[in-house]
Amino acid sequence: MKNFKRSIFFLIIFISSSFQINAAENVDYLKTDWTFKGLFGKFDRAQLQRGYKVYKEVCASCHSMKYVSFRNLAEKGGPEFSEEAVKAIAASYDVNDGPNADGEMFTRPGKLSDKFVKPYENVKAAQAANGGAYPPDMSVLIKARSGGADYIFSLLQGYEEAPEGITLDDGVYYNKYMYGNKIRMAKPLSDGIIEYDDGTEASEIQMSKDVTAFLMWAAEPHLESRHQMGFKAIVYLIILTVLVYFSMKKIWSRVETEV
Amino acid sequence: MSDHDYTPKSKVGKWFNDRLPLLTLANHLTDYPTPKNLNYWWTFGGILTFCLITQIVTGLTLAMHYIAHADMAFESVEHIMRDVNYGWLIRYIHANGASMFFLAVYIHIFRSLFYGSYKAPREIIWIIGIVIYLLMMAAAFMGYVLPWGQMSFWGATVITNLFSAIPLVGEGIVTWLWGGYSVDNPTLTRFFTLHYLIPFLILGLVVLHIWALHVPGNNNPVGIDIKKPSKDTVPFHPYIVIKDGFALLMFMIVFAFFVFYSPNILGHADNYIEANPMVTPAHIVPEWYLLPFYAILRSVPDKLLGVVAMLSAILILAALPWLDTSKIRSAVFRPLYKQFYWILVADVLILGYVGAMPAEGLYLLVARVATAYYFLHFLVILPVLGFKEKTLPVPLSITEPVLGGSPNLSTARNKEESLNN
Amino acid sequence: MSDKKPERRDFLFTASYAVGAVGVGAVVWPLIDQMNPDASVKALASTEVDVSSVKPGNTITVLWRGKPVFIRRRTQEEIAEARAVKMEDLKHPEKDEDRAKDPEWLVMLGVCTHLGCVPLNDKGDYKGWFCPCHGSHYDTSGRIRKGPAPLNMEVPQYEFTDSNTIKIG
Repeated sequence: MKNFKRSIFFLIIFISSSFQINAAENVDYLKTDWTFKGLFGKFDRAQLQRGYKVYKEVCASCHSMKYVSFRNLAEKGGPEFSEEAVKAIAASYDVNDGPNADGEMFTRPGKLSDKFVKPYENVKAAQAANGGAYPPDMSVLIKARSGGADYIFSLLQGYEEAPEGITLDDGVYYNKYMYGNKIRMAKPLSDGIIEYDDGTEASEIQMSKDVTAFLMWAAEPHLESRHQMGFKAIVYLIILTVLVYFSMKKIWSRVETEV
Repeated sequence: MSDHDYTPKSKVGKWFNDRLPLLTLANHLTDYPTPKNLNYWWTFGGILTFCLITQIVTGLTLAMHYIAHADMAFESVEHIMRDVNYGWLIRYIHANGASMFFLAVYIHIFRSLFYGSYKAPREIIWIIGIVIYLLMMAAAFMGYVLPWGQMSFWGATVITNLFSAIPLVGEGIVTWLWGGYSVDNPTLTRFFTLHYLIPFLILGLVVLHIWALHVPGNNNPVGIDIKKPSKDTVPFHPYIVIKDGFALLMFMIVFAFFVFYSPNILGHADNYIEANPMVTPAHIVPEWYLLPFYAILRSVPDKLLGVVAMLSAILILAALPWLDTSKIRSAVFRPLYKQFYWILVADVLILGYVGAMPAEGLYLLVARVATAYYFLHFLVILPVLGFKEKTLPVPLSITEPVLGGSPNLSTARNKEESLNN
Repeated sequence: MSDKKPERRDFLFTASYAVGAVGVGAVVWPLIDQMNPDASVKALASTEVDVSSVKPGNTITVLWRGKPVFIRRRTQEEIAEARAVKMEDLKHPEKDEDRAKDPEWLVMLGVCTHLGCVPLNDKGDYKGWFCPCHGSHYDTSGRIRKGPAPLNMEVPQYEFTDSNTIKIG
């Protein structure tokens, strides 16, 4: 038993320290309460809708979200805009299509089934327009950074004056949380830069929080189903385990055991 | 033995069984005399079978939607996660299932190391197990390439590049593996094919593994052969079936926690970035279950010798039945071996840890010491221990009274522990 | 030692099996459902077609859910002929009025109901369509008149979203 405990101890040390591997630096991220964290985590619809607005009006001019479809905005588990509202959003974009009967490519208004329209045709165009830096696609960005939501939330607010001794090139900014501290994106959010439809004050911290939540949904649209199904699955497994445990005891009682 | 006396109850059954003795086989498996003193470390064989079937079934259903082409692989995985009905669930089960598979296999292997299950007459079972383990690593490595993320691409690049260490033919072999001049689409498509194939090879080897096991029968915690089946064993069904079932359910609860609540914690965030041949990630790391070998590889400064060391670390296990010279099977009666066993466990965990760290400074030093110790354990400590160790007296049988007249082996174990303290 | 309370023991085992079976079912369903049309396929369930350039007497073929759909703008003659046919003469009796809400427009799946070939336009003995695979003849309402096909060509759900656009599905 003693040795078993020893090996479990090692295992825990190993696993818990392996989390630190992923931390960009040993900087503590800014903390906030996320509605989607925890066993019963869910999204706040209003927050996702606000977050979408931030994405659309601030981020989308440079950052694509090419794996998300317009219809996702109306589906269960997300911002849950009405279908009409989403049709209108989709129609406000021009989507490439074709060839038509003349063999030519054309543009048409977006439909529910279309994916979000990219601001640039391809990666090279995005780089060319942004001083060589590629604004990453945001479909799974939260999962692509080891700090996750906390990292994005912190980074958005982490712009600071460069400390003594660090010089920055043109178009490069100092960010406390960015890996390597240098980032080519100018500070995107500041108080009142957009206006929220539901009257919430669009402070920098509020927008950071809302857009991060939206990015979390974009990366994990089935998060709520996953949590709900998980709860049912684990409760079910526990019930079955108890039944099987007592069945096992019943069966083994026929045998002289405890060797 | 009495297997061949089995007659199916129904006429149809008998007709069929006379032509293909599947019912005899089923009867053999259900009645199989299993030592009744098996503890929970013995449930991992059944758990591993569950893991293999889970991976095959989820893999098959994923393969219905996945596109093995460099331009579409990443997107097809996102399509699975977002659009395919329950696609996210099947994908997360498959990805975390691989980790659970390795967790179970390591426990299964370490059970065998502790209780001497690799010793005569079970050497072939053990060696088949090593081959299964190697195939598991190959399948997992190739499977990880398929999403075509940054880690997929760069992990493939690093590991396939290892073959260039082979003198003379190395470069040629790497080009042949790649199907080109770097990891690219040809590499991906062939990895998909092989990844699909290997689990079925594993399935076949598992059948052989169990067949070979059924010749001598299961080992047991005291490492003593069965003397009287009627006293020492229980039929596999229902006793072991229900116990394996209980253990499997506990395992599934842990599995469910990963799948539903932390599905990405065992993975690497960089694999959610699409593969980019122009940009190498800051730290290339394999999945956790390959870390100890990665540590061994990197601890040797020479490229070829590093590869040799890594391979030797696995292949040396195949020689274990002959390296361990002790006549006593179970560590229960080998107090000194037991200490070295736990040191080996710690050594492997340490190797795993440093495998995830940059290969420099203190980490590199620790990796080198731990690598050296790993080989020392198998090549020096085990052979010597077999001769030098003073083992404890071994019971007459699984159920016979032992040490001081107590019919209870747990009492014996308590006595032995108090002797050690 | 054993066989004390057989009913209680059986209940425990029965309950375990029953609860276990529920789990097996719950596991099997996603594995089957993943083969059903996924969300992206279902999103493409309807197609909009601009028919402004289709003149009377002309037929266009569009792709809907991966299958061809014939859209024919019928002449007055064709409509009259279609309406004049007696129900007793039809293998699959259907009134033309039921097949074409707006008599000028005939919208139907261009798939022969025999074995799935695409019938040819303006061919056949009934001035409609002719399927070359096994010789089925369809009339100006797309109804089977001669040949092995059992049913009339299927009319999908469609509507005019405006005077120039038909939304199919």
